[in-house]
Amino acid sequence: MRNSTSIFYNLDWFTIFLYLILVFAGWLNIYAAVYNEEFQSIFDASQQYGKQLLWIGTSIVLGIIILFIDERFYNTFAYVIYSVVIFLLVLVLLIGAETKGATSWFAIGGFKIQPSEFAKFATNIAVAKYLSTLNIKISDLKTKIVAAILIFTPAVLILAQNDTGSALVYGSFILVLYREGLSGNFLVIGVATAFLFVMALIMRNEIFIFPFDIQLDGTILLIILVGLVCALLWYLNRKSKQLLVIMIAVFIASAGLIKSVDYIFNSVLEPHQSKRINVMLGLESDPKGAGYNVNQSLIAIGSGGISGKGFLEGTQTKYDFVPEQSTDFIFCTIGEEWGFLGSLVIIILFITLLLRIMYLTTRQRSDFARIYGYGVACILFFHFTINIGMTIGLAPVIGIPLPFFSYGGSSLWGFSILLFVFLKLDSDRMKVL
Amino acid sequence: MNKRALESRTLVISVVFVLMAVIFIIRLFYVQVLNDKYKLDADNNSKRNITEYPARGLIYDRNGKLLVYNEAAYDLMILPRQVPEDLDTNSLCKLLRISKDHFIKKIEKAKAFSYYKSSIFEREFSSEEYARIQEQLYKYPGFFVQTRTLRNYPEGTAAHVMGYISEVNTAVIEKNPYYKPGDYIGKSGIEQSYEEELRGKRGLRVVMVDVFNREKGKFAEGIYDSTAVSGNDLELTIDADLQKYGEQLMQNKKGSIVAIEPTTGEVLALVSAPGYDPNLLVGRERSNNYALLNQDELKPLFNRALMAKYPPGSTFKSINALIGLQEGVITPSTKFSCNNGYNSGRFHMGCHSHPSPVDLKYSIQTSCNSYYSNVFRTIVDHYKKTETGYSKWRNYVLSFGLGTKTGIDLPNELNGFVPNIDYYDRYYRKGGWSSLTIVSLAIGQGELGFTPLQMANMATTIANRGYYITPHIVKKVGNKRVEVIDTSIYRHETGIAPKHYEEVVEAMYDVVEKGTGTSARIDSIQVCGKTGTVQNPHGEDHSTFIAFAPKDNPQIALSVYVENGVWGSRWAAPMAGLLIEKYLKGKVKREDIEIRMLEGNLIEIPKKP
Repeated sequence: MRNSTSIFYNLDWFTIFLYLILVFAGWLNIYAAVYNEEFQSIFDASQQYGKQLLWIGTSIVLGIIILFIDERFYNTFAYVIYSVVIFLLVLVLLIGAETKGATSWFAIGGFKIQPSEFAKFATNIAVAKYLSTLNIKISDLKTKIVAAILIFTPAVLILAQNDTGSALVYGSFILVLYREGLSGNFLVIGVATAFLFVMALIMRNEIFIFPFDIQLDGTILLIILVGLVCALLWYLNRKSKQLLVIMIAVFIASAGLIKSVDYIFNSVLEPHQSKRINVMLGLESDPKGAGYNVNQSLIAIGSGGISGKGFLEGTQTKYDFVPEQSTDFIFCTIGEEWGFLGSLVIIILFITLLLRIMYLTTRQRSDFARIYGYGVACILFFHFTINIGMTIGLAPVIGIPLPFFSYGGSSLWGFSILLFVFLKLDSDRMKVL
Repeated sequence: MNKRALESRTLVISVVFVLMAVIFIIRLFYVQVLNDKYKLDADNNSKRNITEYPARGLIYDRNGKLLVYNEAAYDLMILPRQVPEDLDTNSLCKLLRISKDHFIKKIEKAKAFSYYKSSIFEREFSSEEYARIQEQLYKYPGFFVQTRTLRNYPEGTAAHVMGYISEVNTAVIEKNPYYKPGDYIGKSGIEQSYEEELRGKRGLRVVMVDVFNREKGKFAEGIYDSTAVSGNDLELTIDADLQKYGEQLMQNKKGSIVAIEPTTGEVLALVSAPGYDPNLLVGRERSNNYALLNQDELKPLFNRALMAKYPPGSTFKSINALIGLQEGVITPSTKFSCNNGYNSGRFHMGCHSHPSPVDLKYSIQTSCNSYYSNVFRTIVDHYKKTETGYSKWRNYVLSFGLGTKTGIDLPNELNGFVPNIDYYDRYYRKGGWSSLTIVSLAIGQGELGFTPLQMANMATTIANRGYYITPHIVKKVGNKRVEVIDTSIYRHETGIAPKHYEEVVEAMYDVVEKGTGTSARIDSIQVCGKTGTVQNPHGEDHSTFIAFAPKDNPQIALSVYVENGVWGSRWAAPMAGLLIEKYLKGKVKREDIEIRMLEGNLIEIPKKP
């Protein structure tokens, strides 16, 4: 390499630029969200915005350190890093501090560290390492099982911490696997399962009345409809015996799923989770209970209008009508104070970042770096979708942060590490032979 | 799978990213730009219109004695959102002294109103109750106290004059945009008739609040704010001491006392018995007490002074004498004979035994029925037609303010009744009645019905020798004298010459000096009066008396009406004497009469609390 001494050579400054804009926009909005007359200085370290500035500073330092570390370190020590994080996840279950029903924090001095925020990075690096290993083919059952174990182990541990939102993030790896050759059927099955689950929820308490006094409850009707669709698909290809078997299997599985919705909904999910899903589906209107957050969030965003109320002028967020307005519901501050135009800018910034990462993956020579890049994009995409979707009533209320925006040291560090490792791999892409 | 197929999946994933962004942008456009609902909701959340209640005007008597003031009361408010699930309901019920059922009902009501906005949980705790509750209240999150003012009546007198205030009902709110739910409005008495003067002007503050309803500053720098203006104070014409004394005299009796300052028309006392303590209709027990008073058989809420229609009885003879003199059908020396009554054909009206024949002066002094039957019939019959004579007579009567509302500045005054020609035509048929048919009008009986206020006004007119000023109860509004503001207060003339009044006044002086009204006599004051004993088909006769004093420079004129008091001279006349003495001398010397009056009980059933 001509200039191997400079770590900044070959660095993708556009991504860095997007990163810095998002982080500082986040900081301003945290200031606006928790603004109060008493502590007006944006640098006041006793307030969230003062602390967030500390997190931003340390994140940038972390990023620079990452850039100094040799790129081979990440590939070589991928499993070690993964193991350490898994150990921490187990440890936090045993000695972690409990806040808001979740046991996911280590309290160290005055600060709190959340290992699950680093587990995303660790899992991503391990999955990338595994899938980039020579002679590994995703079509092999063994590969699928190993990948699944790598992905689900941290997910299950995080679920055990009672942090459902963070656990669901691991679902985003299905896109990475899909890119690496996992059959599209898995995606179809995933989407179809979700669709059936939602339909079953909507229809299960309805009674449908047909001519000739036939009354069917929604669950039965849905099973009949699935049966008809399966029969139709088979009829179009009626020579294929294989398809017949598949369709029968699909039908039985669907019927089983539909019938078990009640059980899952009432016994597996926590009551508050069931309620949030019901509210999102419009099955339950409960503006004072479970629907409160979403309703207040919509009011804040909706009252912003086209150009917003102006910086620090957002009454809904400033006066605490929106819950968690500096963390999970930070997007409300953007929507209220900067309006539709501000929201538009933020969404475009995020999508630009995601597309930029996807573009960067295409120029990687190493499979490890490439697959790692997919992971970064998919994790960020999942957070972006669920978080913003939740604030505008398109997704159930699942408490996960908006990357780079939400207040919180662990999550900002976690996302920064995730991104900067990819930037390091990208800047050293030429070293890979 | 080949490499190229996999590479196309990068594109698929990128398209999914972009699709999601497009969905979000569409949704945001709908929520932020197309839909206005959220902007209204945001205002509802964070903007509060806070009403600043002005202090209601105070009320004083004519001597500056405070009759009504405002006292702080405390409403217990609830904010359901902040009430914890595990609230210690039992101890809170004990603290508030309410039942658990009541508590649950109130909680449900508050929640139904709003989960996030505070509403009244229990209203109008007194300062003492507040002190007790406040100490413990910190244990019950979601409950707090808001102050408001209540009326308080330190003298506990003149309940019917004061009236009361209560929360506005929906009918009022719909009719009058000034009032909002929860406002108070005068419902009777001067609270009602001077509502607009007393209430003042409400102020408004528009403030920003946070999610805990804490104020966070003015909205739009206060350009929508306005300050509250206190109501005007009222000075009444009532003399609180006289009023109270009248109420004491009337205790355990039914009836009314009205006293007027003749030269000004100022009402000095307006007593309706039985009455009640105005403080009963204030505060938490208001509705209970109201129901009790409303169910009371003696009708304490009924303002007899303005609403009861009583026949005036013999007190009315003075009026007939005046009309007779003015019409020229009699002179002071005209004499009629009386043989224990008045006879005309087969008609007989009884009278008590007294010397005969009688002239004008003696007829009033001894209250001779026969004399006035003659006078009345002559007045009516000296015109060609009965109808002409009767309507002439009736117009004189009306000119005394009798049979129509006097126009006093209190609500719910009734007309009283002096029959017109139509009435008799309908009752007897046209042409089917004569002066003899209606001769009981001569002695203030028959269809006549006057309110006690009208009877006092009658005494006033005689005292004034021919005119009266519209009686009124408010002397000053703020600093302004009421005559200046109120055009309905003016001098009413009777059209009867003053010299005729002198004759009647002298006769009425004789009534007290040596006639039927000697029990009203006071050594040092020249009192004029006329007794009345009113036939009552439902029970004992009513006792009534009209009077004024001093004779030549009258300062007080009054009517006393005691139901079932049998003789005018038994209850009404002595009471009138005591009231005059009290008002003019400030002190009553004739204690034996006073004790007899105070202890008299004309109501058999014991008074309810």
